[in-house]
Amino acid sequence: MRARSVANIMRRVPVHLVAFGVIVVWSVPTVALLVSSFRDPSAISATGWWNALTSPRDLTLDNYFAVLSQRNIGRGFVNSLLISMPGTALSVMVASLAAYAFAWMKFPGRNALFLLVVALLVVPLQMTLIPVLRLYTEWAIDVPVPILGGRLFGTSSFPGIWLAHTAYGLPFAIFLLRNFFGSLPREVLESAHLDGAGDMRIFFRIVLPLSRPAIAALAIFQFLWIWNDLLVALILLGDPTLAPITLAISNLVSSFGTQYQLLTAAAFVSMALPLAIFFALQRYFVEGITAGAIKG
Amino acid sequence: MWLAPALALLTAFLVYPSLDTLRRSFMLGRSDNFAGLSNYRYIFENPEPFVADAHAAILTNVLWLVGFTVVTVGLGLSIAVLAGRVRYEAAVKSAVFIPMGISFVAASVIWRFMYDVNPAVGTVNAVLTSAGMGRTAWLQSEASPQTWLTDLGPETLPPPLQINNFALIAVGVWIWAGFATVVLSAGLKGLPSEILEAARVDGASESQVFWRIVVPLMRPTIAVVATTLVIQALKLFDLVWVMTGGRFGTDVIATLYYKQAFVFRDFGVGAALAVVLFLWIVPVMLLSLRNFQLQEEIR
Repeated sequence: MRARSVANIMRRVPVHLVAFGVIVVWSVPTVALLVSSFRDPSAISATGWWNALTSPRDLTLDNYFAVLSQRNIGRGFVNSLLISMPGTALSVMVASLAAYAFAWMKFPGRNALFLLVVALLVVPLQMTLIPVLRLYTEWAIDVPVPILGGRLFGTSSFPGIWLAHTAYGLPFAIFLLRNFFGSLPREVLESAHLDGAGDMRIFFRIVLPLSRPAIAALAIFQFLWIWNDLLVALILLGDPTLAPITLAISNLVSSFGTQYQLLTAAAFVSMALPLAIFFALQRYFVEGITAGAIKG
Repeated sequence: MWLAPALALLTAFLVYPSLDTLRRSFMLGRSDNFAGLSNYRYIFENPEPFVADAHAAILTNVLWLVGFTVVTVGLGLSIAVLAGRVRYEAAVKSAVFIPMGISFVAASVIWRFMYDVNPAVGTVNAVLTSAGMGRTAWLQSEASPQTWLTDLGPETLPPPLQINNFALIAVGVWIWAGFATVVLSAGLKGLPSEILEAARVDGASESQVFWRIVVPLMRPTIAVVATTLVIQALKLFDLVWVMTGGRFGTDVIATLYYKQAFVFRDFGVGAALAVVLFLWIVPVMLLSLRNFQLQEEIR
């Protein structure tokens, strides 16, 4: 009996080895970054990050003070927040209105229009950026917005980039929410209709509260996409003082490519918020991904 | 009224600009005069391969399309199956999934550091050196640590098959394997366990169960994952842009598009590149639309 269970364990050793191998290969790069970001610049270029594991006393926060005070990283972090939060809110609002119409209102051409929206999922951003940039430069509204430090509309404005991110996220957002709204129990909505409730009331009182998980998943996705975006900001934000953190880091890489003490700290600053969201709301995130795994 | 904001935004940012890009691809970049097919000819005849090698970029994109998709799906499925067999499944899946939350920019910083030439700094070279393979000639002709991102590899291999392209694809796989693992693992959980049990009772080996039953039953899920990855591979920009800037033969269509349109300011060629990008996404779009309709019918 015992011999058999030992054999059983032995047989499972390779499985465990591979499983541990996977965990190691996928976490080492991130751990290396994190450890290095706390090391002294001279130590980073002289010895490998793994040496710091045996002498944790040499770790320092200096790199973080350095990147946050200079190099636009602190500013970039704030800009990223100012871009991502309104952008996310706006796209969730616009998409849920449209998704409700597609799921529960009857009008001619509904399905064709919905298919068209879904088809837009796979239009690459590149297909749109040149004309949109033209539009932004020609229609720029040069009114300063004191709180946001930019202009009202154009290539040096936050509203401009909110609208762009909202539009680019809409096909997926509408698709995801329509499918969820459509799966709500028909009887509940119909009885509300019979009781004389209008669409507004049904939308705010019934559909939105019941759809909280889907809306949460969508908001997380949208936030991460906007936070992690480089291309849209690179092209549509001409003003360097408004640059999000991804753009600031990308510039840091091209000018200080091997100054790892700056790069690692900056990269970790940019990762901290998404990772926190990620760990806190992993459940919603995974649900969302498995529900509508076709974002283009 | 409910649809108005969404439709207005979609028209202004997606529908109208796409049509305008299509129009521009037939115009001279700087003057707005009709240019016929000259922008496309510029891409396909490739007159200045040292400035912007469109042929190489297309081939590199194809390499990404195949290499990245196949490896990511394969690894995702393997890890999903493997994770299902150990008690710490959640730990394995979270470890693989974390890179999905990191931006391509941050991932590029991470991997530039991993790939650093100096074996006392770059982890990959450190591991290879300590395994006694650091100074081999099979990756690079001179006996020196591997410069992953600039090395073109042996000259006997044709252009897109370069060490640095594979090094970049490895980063892409590292980022996206989590997506494939999580979706495929959810699909695995949904398989009817009676069928698998019945096959095992009938004496099928584990590998037979996997190849003859699991893989065919999983095909729709695999198709969804593969479609998503293909689209990612075709649109790929950030990763290459931050890691190599498209130098050393790593350009893909999207990085070349950025250079042509926004660095060289040639909107005509840029637009034509965008149209090329769009055209090879269309078949994938039709596939995913079909998947979508299938789902609708099932519902």
